[in-house]
Amino acid sequence: MDFSAVRSRLAGADGRFYWRSLGELADTNEFREYLHREFPEQASEWNDPKGRRQFLKLMSASLALAGVGACTKQPPEAIVPYVRQPEDIVPGRPLFFASAIPLAGYAQPVLVESHMGRPTKIEGNPDHPASLGATDAITQAAVLGLYDPDRAQTTTFRTEVTAWNTFLSAMQSALAAQKATQGEGIRFLTEPITSPSLAELMASVLQDFPRARWHQYDPMSRSGVAATVDTEPVYQFDKADVVLGLDADFLCCGPGALRYTRDFTNRRRVTDDNKSMNRLYAVESTPTLTGAKADHRLPLKASEIEPFARALAGAAGVTASGTAEAGRAWTADEQKWIAAVAKDLGAHRGRSVVVAGEYQPPAVHALARSLNEALGNVGTTVRYVPAVYTRPTDQTASIADLARAMDAGDVQLLVIMGVNPVFTAPSNLRFAEKLAKVGLAVYHGLYTDETANLCHWNIAATHPLETWGDPRAYDGTVTIMQPLVAPLYEGRSEHELICAFTQQPGRRTGDLVKEYWTRAFSGQSGWTIRTSDGQTFPSADAFWRRAVHDGFIPGTALTDGGQATPFKPGPPPSAPAAVTPVPVADPPADVAARPPQAVPPATQPQPPSAPSISGTSSGNLEIIFRPDPTVWDGRFANNGWLQELPKPLTKLTWDTAAWISRRLAAQHGLRNGDVVELRYRGSVAAMPVMIVPGQPESSVTVFFGYGRSMAGRVGNASEVSARFNAFLLRTSDAPWFGSGLEIVKTGERYLLASTQEHHAMEGRNTVRVATLAEYSEHPDIIHGMGHTPPRTMTLYPEHEFTSHKWGMTIDLTSCMGCSACVAACTAENNIPVVGKEQVSKGREMLWLRVDSYFSTGTAEELEHLANPQMYSQPVPCMQCELAPCEVVCPVAATAHSSEGLNDMVYNRCVGTRYCSNNCPYKVRRFNFMLYADWTTQSLEALRNPDVTVRSRGVMEKCTYCVQRINQARVDAKREDRAIRDGEIVTACQAVCPADAIVFGDLNDPESRVAKLRAQQRNYGLLEDLNTRPRTTFLAALRNPNPELEAPAQRTTTGH
Amino acid sequence: MNSKPVSTESYTPPRVLEGSHSYKTITEKISSIVLTKHQPVAWIVTTAIGFVFVNILGVSVSYLLLKGIGIWGNNIPVGWAFDIINFVWWIGIGHAGTLISAILLLLRQDWRTSINRFAEAMTLFAVACAAMFPLIHTGRPWLAAYWLFPYPNSMSLWPQFRSPLIWDVFAVSTYGSVSLLFWYVGLVPDLATFRDRAKNRVAQYLYGALALGWRGSARHWQRYETAYLLLAGMSTPLVLSVHTIVSFDFSVGILPGWHATIFPPYFVAGAIYAGFAMVLTLAIPLRRLYGLQDFITMRHLENMAKVTLVTGLMVVYGYAMEAFFAWYSANAFETFMIVNRTTGPYAWAYWMLIVCNGLVPQVLWKKSIRTNTIWLFFVALIVSVGMWLERFVIIVTSLHRDFVPSSWGMYYPTIWDFSTFFGTIGLFVTLMFLFIRVLPMISIFEMRTLVPEAKVKGAEGH
Repeated sequence: MDFSAVRSRLAGADGRFYWRSLGELADTNEFREYLHREFPEQASEWNDPKGRRQFLKLMSASLALAGVGACTKQPPEAIVPYVRQPEDIVPGRPLFFASAIPLAGYAQPVLVESHMGRPTKIEGNPDHPASLGATDAITQAAVLGLYDPDRAQTTTFRTEVTAWNTFLSAMQSALAAQKATQGEGIRFLTEPITSPSLAELMASVLQDFPRARWHQYDPMSRSGVAATVDTEPVYQFDKADVVLGLDADFLCCGPGALRYTRDFTNRRRVTDDNKSMNRLYAVESTPTLTGAKADHRLPLKASEIEPFARALAGAAGVTASGTAEAGRAWTADEQKWIAAVAKDLGAHRGRSVVVAGEYQPPAVHALARSLNEALGNVGTTVRYVPAVYTRPTDQTASIADLARAMDAGDVQLLVIMGVNPVFTAPSNLRFAEKLAKVGLAVYHGLYTDETANLCHWNIAATHPLETWGDPRAYDGTVTIMQPLVAPLYEGRSEHELICAFTQQPGRRTGDLVKEYWTRAFSGQSGWTIRTSDGQTFPSADAFWRRAVHDGFIPGTALTDGGQATPFKPGPPPSAPAAVTPVPVADPPADVAARPPQAVPPATQPQPPSAPSISGTSSGNLEIIFRPDPTVWDGRFANNGWLQELPKPLTKLTWDTAAWISRRLAAQHGLRNGDVVELRYRGSVAAMPVMIVPGQPESSVTVFFGYGRSMAGRVGNASEVSARFNAFLLRTSDAPWFGSGLEIVKTGERYLLASTQEHHAMEGRNTVRVATLAEYSEHPDIIHGMGHTPPRTMTLYPEHEFTSHKWGMTIDLTSCMGCSACVAACTAENNIPVVGKEQVSKGREMLWLRVDSYFSTGTAEELEHLANPQMYSQPVPCMQCELAPCEVVCPVAATAHSSEGLNDMVYNRCVGTRYCSNNCPYKVRRFNFMLYADWTTQSLEALRNPDVTVRSRGVMEKCTYCVQRINQARVDAKREDRAIRDGEIVTACQAVCPADAIVFGDLNDPESRVAKLRAQQRNYGLLEDLNTRPRTTFLAALRNPNPELEAPAQRTTTGH
Repeated sequence: MNSKPVSTESYTPPRVLEGSHSYKTITEKISSIVLTKHQPVAWIVTTAIGFVFVNILGVSVSYLLLKGIGIWGNNIPVGWAFDIINFVWWIGIGHAGTLISAILLLLRQDWRTSINRFAEAMTLFAVACAAMFPLIHTGRPWLAAYWLFPYPNSMSLWPQFRSPLIWDVFAVSTYGSVSLLFWYVGLVPDLATFRDRAKNRVAQYLYGALALGWRGSARHWQRYETAYLLLAGMSTPLVLSVHTIVSFDFSVGILPGWHATIFPPYFVAGAIYAGFAMVLTLAIPLRRLYGLQDFITMRHLENMAKVTLVTGLMVVYGYAMEAFFAWYSANAFETFMIVNRTTGPYAWAYWMLIVCNGLVPQVLWKKSIRTNTIWLFFVALIVSVGMWLERFVIIVTSLHRDFVPSSWGMYYPTIWDFSTFFGTIGLFVTLMFLFIRVLPMISIFEMRTLVPEAKVKGAEGH
């Protein structure tokens, strides 16, 4: 050990050289050796007087260095607050910064609430066209992901902690070795990239190493849309009157879902004055929220969608070239369906749209496009634009190609970024085995997951809230990410990782992104930078400040004429090297203007491109793969909020289940929670089953994301649930569905923790439903379904609400059950995660729940329905004016406020639970144990400081986000004005993509909520009980095609 | 009682005191149970088992305080379960004592004399077991212990007087204190007897202190009689009020299955029913164990069996009315409540309840069964089980499926639910047997009024 070398290294470093830990400083081999030597070696030094002195010297040096290391500072980087300037920081008042949370490369634009430098809550960016203020549940949970104590924290090499600089030099030497072969042995594996600056870095690397290969793999890639087709559709549902979904879950999944939901629901906001709404037909292979919202839903096998689309195209008069696959003969009902839909579409030329499902093969997309073109919808309700991804590739082929190269020993350096292929790659590729043949594997990710475990280098990734970035949204709008907080650990961004392979490693993310856009501002890279009203910015700096402040660059949307993400190398660092640029095929600029295509011939399932698919399938069932609605492909498995968020429709938490139809369950003698073995193409997995009404009879739907072995303490599967892994069954030739599945009952039972066991309404009109025709004819039909008691029917004196009278309406015609509101409520109100066992006992703490009903009738009736109607109903506290809970509390811990809130005084509550027993809506939640995590340090920063963290033995419930009401009250008082309508936005309301939740003052007749409450389809849940709920619902209206559904003779059940 | 024409010649009412007893023999017989160094093996064994369960109760409550209500099976929607079931069950059992002491005293039913003392003791111990639950069932008992009382405090906060739980606090605490007073006042002359008869110095002091200087003077007797009558008068409405108010816990709620006007009388009848069954359950073995057949005669047992039968029929009438109301109201929620009780997942509890409380006690119509101690003992046990199930049906079955189908759930008790319940039974048994060991379980001086000599002074009795 040469201690003087360390000293000289320290002395020699200039002021810009920061080192943040011992590991980083220990850049010499000797020092590293010392650090990691085992005790016996040191013991030997005790016996040698010289050695001991040396040892003591080292000891003190390392202590001193450790002390210095604690003073690590992040270099200052200017970020721009969204609403107020930093000098406005007032303790207790949050600031909001625009940023984005990317998923699979696509930006979800957000505003992040920051309390004294701690990001605590995410809202949608209201100005961004892809959000309009909404977010989905996964994005809501990103703050918990940031503070997850299980995140990977530093750079390691073969599990030894080391320094980023060590990594940089190691990579430079690895690259130098590859220089001779032009990077023949270098492979990159990343998710598809939309970020222009990252694409440029990647292009630069590939320019320097022309024979290096870049593989893209997103296990949840929308293979049908973007993988092989260089254009993708962008829909404008706000212009569509008739929508046909071909296995399309456009309201729930996909990068544009938030905007699509808003546009779609805006066309069905029935008011007393405007009684018109759009109509949605859904053909689908598994029940989805989109299908639940549909006015007509037709369950089909996934493989029947294409013949169905072909039949429909025929009925709609679109000439189909090629021979149709010999599908089965359509039943009379289906033929009637096809004819009616074709007629309806034809009657709405230019105002209809056909949406092909993301998980359907390209042929269905081509058919949908042909239909849209024939119906004159292109340019109005749908536009075909270049793919947002840079260099779109067939991702399944891409990873198969990588696996083949790894197997052949051709890969000397593999860089995996943001993908977890050991868990998510198609099972037939046997990725984990082949990874062992790679010379040097580098893994960059948020967790030390299954892939990280098998890679030499592990680079901890920064969380999206910790870094800069410029991902693009579904429509191509460039969205600027800014860090809300300095990296909590020694994380490195994707930019910094790729930059390590350029000629200038070690550049910082903020500089890279800013520099790219500064160059773009000066006209390079093909971007045209304008303000949102088309003006030019005075300077690059003004542009950048505006872009960071707003969170996006206007005019970059593909639909606005923005360009596809270019794949061009950046300018060379110094003397321009004469390297031939990588030939990159730019997608044609104006694909939208192409002439209509003929329908392509039916595609046969491609022969397996991957080498080994052993075994044959004997089953006759169809398997359908879907991403999990909360943990996605498993990457959010360690997020407790998402695990405990009840999954749409089934309300299952913490686990996955294979969805089967009642008929299939009866055939195999299965009940919910029975574990079946799934045998498919020689692979075997197991899963507990769940009987889901509306599931096609011979299809089994399985969801990815469970069965993870190295997700973290929250997400790791048990020995039993390790088999519940759908990736075990997925092969590269049939990523989303395939036939030949066989299920075998194992006889095992598995506990499924669901927050709702009973999905039939028992004729109680919990959700009041009418068709548009019925409602137009008899507007009082909704009121007729219940009975409002006279106001005199109470013993106690009436409350007087002289100032405000808060109320909420929830539009059940708009709500589609995505549960983002539940996630938002969890984040806003410090709602604890209780775990599977407690959920299974009925002790989940969610203040707001989304109930799902499959039938308005009884459970027995539901048994016989193959294709039931599905309804979602968010249920927060009703804030009853005559609240049953208040009367029975012995200590007045729940009391009525002067503004009509049913307040909960946690400090006063002794926990008799009588209030919950007497609450007809069962919206109260009790801390049966100490659920709040009081010990995990990183989670302390997560909490909303405006909301009490509840302790054991206390009842809690929704308070209409009273902290936000109080904030607005303070603001209004300070400015000496009344609280404006719309000034208070509850957490659930803010996040709702359907704009279904409206909150406001009922004493103000001009308020939005008061007007909605005056609608004829407004009703109170269980208002017969004379609770006078303040939260009311707008009845769910359906708009069935009279040709398919004769108006039913309705018998109203109320009295 | 005399409604059916009975020829006075042929009818001699069964005696309430068998054998040929004098003042002396009564005093000796009853005090010998206590003032001895030897106890039957059965006493030692039962007390030991009871004490084991007292310890289980201690462990259960300690763990409860440490971890929270979550150790039980309670959940949302079933916020109350074993805790409140046990509370109502014990309170119900605690009704017989006061009924026997006060109401039967006022009605001049001389057969009450030999059973009132230990029935009152039973009441006290049952109330003690019951009173524990409202406290420990709360999430934060350390606060509930005093926040439910209207005590002056710096925040000027009162309890919320509209809540039946507050009424409960007053009802149960009043009932508990009046019962204690009544029991103690009744004990004073006997304590003096024990003071005089005890050989042990410590016992003499203790009984002496508790006897409050009773010397048996005429003035003492006169004051005693007045006080005892006054207390009996005060207790009488309490017998009706306590369970009425306990029933308000449910009937004030809006839950189908709770919200019914039948509840107060139905609960009071149920309480007396359960109480008499428990007195029978205790009296039959004790009578045998200590050879008290002369004092607790077959007439006592038969009378109690008759009361059990009558109150049991009232309870069954209550069940019938619940079903009738559900149908007659034409309210979908009420109708569903009955359908769910009878056919839902907890239908077993409902039908077991009907068997235990409705069918089995009908055997008591037969005199041969009423006078058979084995039969009586088992019928009484079954009634106790049935009354526990009744509270299970009312509380759990009503809560688990209420208004909004999405919130329906199930309740499964945990080991801690059972350990707490059986622990209170252990506490009850232990207290009961300690009482038998140290105090006269039958009122000596009142028994003495039953011997023929006592009748000489006047036809009206005392």
